Amino acid sequence: MNILLILIPVALLLGLIGLAAFLWSMKSGQFDDLDGAALRVLEDDDLPDESRQEKRPGDE
Amino acid sequence: MGVHERDLTSFITDIGDAGRHMDFAVEGVRCAGCMRKLEEGVGKMPGVTRVRLNFTNRRLAVEWRDGALDPAGIIDKVEALGYQARPFDAASAETAEAKEASDLLRRLAVAAFAAMNIMLLSVSVWWGNASDITPETRDLFHLISALIALPTLAYSGQPFYLSAFRAIRKRSVNMDVPIAIGITLAVAMSLFQTFQHAEHAYFDSAVMLIFFLLTGRYLEQNMRRRTRAQAVNLASLRADSARRIRPDGSVVEVPVSAIDPGDRVAVAAGERIAVDGVVASGTSEVDCSMVTGETMPMKVEAGDMVYAGTLNLSGPLTVTVTAAAKGMLIDEVQKLLDNAYAAKTGRVALADKAASLYAPLVHTAAALTFLGWLLAGAGWEQSLVIAIAVLIITCPCALGLAIPAVQVVSSGAMFRAGLLLNAGDAIERLAEVDTVVFDKTGTLTLPSPLADAAMLTERAKGIAGHLARASRHPLAASLQALAAGPAPEGLRETPGGGVSGTLDGVEVRLGSADFCGVSVAARQAAEAGHAGDSLVWLRTGDEIAAIPVRQHMRPDAAETVAALRARGLVIEILSGDRAPAVAEIASALGVDDWQAGVTPQAKIARIEALKAEGRRVLMVGDGLNDAPALAAAHVSLSPVTAAHISQAAADGVFLGNALRPVVEAHALARKARGLMGGNLWLAVIYNTLAVPIAIAGFVTPLIAALAMSGSSVLVTLNALRARRA
Repeated sequence: MNILLILIPVALLLGLIGLAAFLWSMKSGQFDDLDGAALRVLEDDDLPDESRQEKRPGDE
Repeated sequence: MGVHERDLTSFITDIGDAGRHMDFAVEGVRCAGCMRKLEEGVGKMPGVTRVRLNFTNRRLAVEWRDGALDPAGIIDKVEALGYQARPFDAASAETAEAKEASDLLRRLAVAAFAAMNIMLLSVSVWWGNASDITPETRDLFHLISALIALPTLAYSGQPFYLSAFRAIRKRSVNMDVPIAIGITLAVAMSLFQTFQHAEHAYFDSAVMLIFFLLTGRYLEQNMRRRTRAQAVNLASLRADSARRIRPDGSVVEVPVSAIDPGDRVAVAAGERIAVDGVVASGTSEVDCSMVTGETMPMKVEAGDMVYAGTLNLSGPLTVTVTAAAKGMLIDEVQKLLDNAYAAKTGRVALADKAASLYAPLVHTAAALTFLGWLLAGAGWEQSLVIAIAVLIITCPCALGLAIPAVQVVSSGAMFRAGLLLNAGDAIERLAEVDTVVFDKTGTLTLPSPLADAAMLTERAKGIAGHLARASRHPLAASLQALAAGPAPEGLRETPGGGVSGTLDGVEVRLGSADFCGVSVAARQAAEAGHAGDSLVWLRTGDEIAAIPVRQHMRPDAAETVAALRARGLVIEILSGDRAPAVAEIASALGVDDWQAGVTPQAKIARIEALKAEGRRVLMVGDGLNDAPALAAAHVSLSPVTAAHISQAAADGVFLGNALRPVVEAHALARKARGLMGGNLWLAVIYNTLAVPIAIAGFVTPLIAALAMSGSSVLVTLNALRARRA
């Protein structure tokens, strides 16, 4: 059962990382405008023009 | 706009590094395309460093380098893009609410983290208890659970402890009292059990409870904040600015909040007066319907008093401010309002009523269980453990969600139907209504009167239309569409009179009786024929025609009144307007109970009289004269065009020209009220099933977890049915 002594802290640590990530994203305003975020994800104009072309399938 | 400067400094905040920040409330944004158009359009303005549109509350945040651009230019730019923007004061009461929301969310996140990790350990223990866990491992797991649970309860449980403490100090009981007692005892007992090397500990129950309850609280708070944000947007979109005349004679547009008593303000014809004051120069007519309900325009000249919310009809005025935004309003109305509010605080919300019944019952049951087991010969330790298990299983998890969940879903449905609610328990009150009292002017009728040219000849209509196009008078707007045929030449507007011109060598005039040279006899005859309407005159050469100006009923007023009556409600009309005008509307709607010429005091008196008869009144009104009655009524609604003070006094605001949202709100509220009752019954049924098991001593942490999450999910799913009336 000694493996538990490693696994439990690992599980807690992973949980804490998730919590910290959530608190950080909240603080940086990512939860301020959920409706807007849902629409913004559809926009692709934040990519520079050349990168949009590079990503076309079959270019490689 | 545009000819004069706008002073927006009170809206701008300094963000350091010569950066400036300003928020705007934006109207007309509907999709991702609008969002990009706005952000790109404004972002391309020279000097702008950051633009971000918040789609949830329709606010545009703009940052720029100081001195690089005029903020008023941003408003013009947004308007050029096809939207409306208004400066928005971000430092208002909302920030406190936003802070509370993010605080709750943070506590919720911590509770979620703790609940998941403790559950991980608890499931292992439950599984192990059934198979081969060693006592040492179990103790270790319980200890780790305790280490997670204690700080979590101290942090995430704070809102409940504080609220319970406040309630006890006021010698009352709310839902948080049994919650606080329940989780405290659960944790204390679990700690004790852990050190006793017992098989069961209830850390998971305590933390899960906090998690569910915080979810309910967060949803409730979020709903209130969202509707409030919309209401504030609407308010700032309604152009709360005034044009101040500087000592050197130049004019600057400033927000009403920056106007002080003694300032002089310019009011153009067709503009709403934003302040209370005395006319310093100019003559005009003022439409007071928003303030008194009276639809006949009132003549004003130098020395007369004018009130905020009234509409300046015909000539430009200069007004010396006597009371600005802070002290605005006739004192009397404010006093009546305060009294009405004070009288209203007696009502207990459904949730608190349930709590006051629930808490003593549960605590008595737990105490009896303890005594019962003690008498039956169990040790005090075992008796206490079972008694606490009763408290844990009855902890009002479902009860705490039962009402907020319905409120959230129902107010969302009302929002889609075009109604914003200010108060959370307004839904309950709306459902209890049995009488509806309508104001007439601006509520049953459309807010602005229209000239009715139906009885003119085709040629006269065309001429009237052309003449109206040259006028800024609000009444002219409805005639402008009629313009047809040859256009008169040399059009000229005489302030306080009307518009004149010449057509084929004949003089044509549109305006007041005096302006058109109407004889007294002709005037009296026409006024007798159009009882209740004010008249506008058209003169072509020697021909004279009267055009009645009337309040038009909202397109669905009759339908709405009929639908409300079909729902079993009694309808009344209380108006400050003259009797003939009210009688006409009342008969058109088939309403027999109406009173005309009613003062604000009399409106309250009527509502109090109805209350004394045991009736619950829904007041629907818009004017300043309705505000005290709105506050006094059991529940109240205002159209979005209403005076500020009335909107603040009302429990809800409905959007658009239709009256239909009133019916839908009532239907949705009834449905919601039914579901709230149903949810409370679900909680009761859950308790009657669970409590005997607990009293018998069969409750394990596993059963508690299943029972609590099961009942919470059930109640939430039931609440989703409030989406449709």
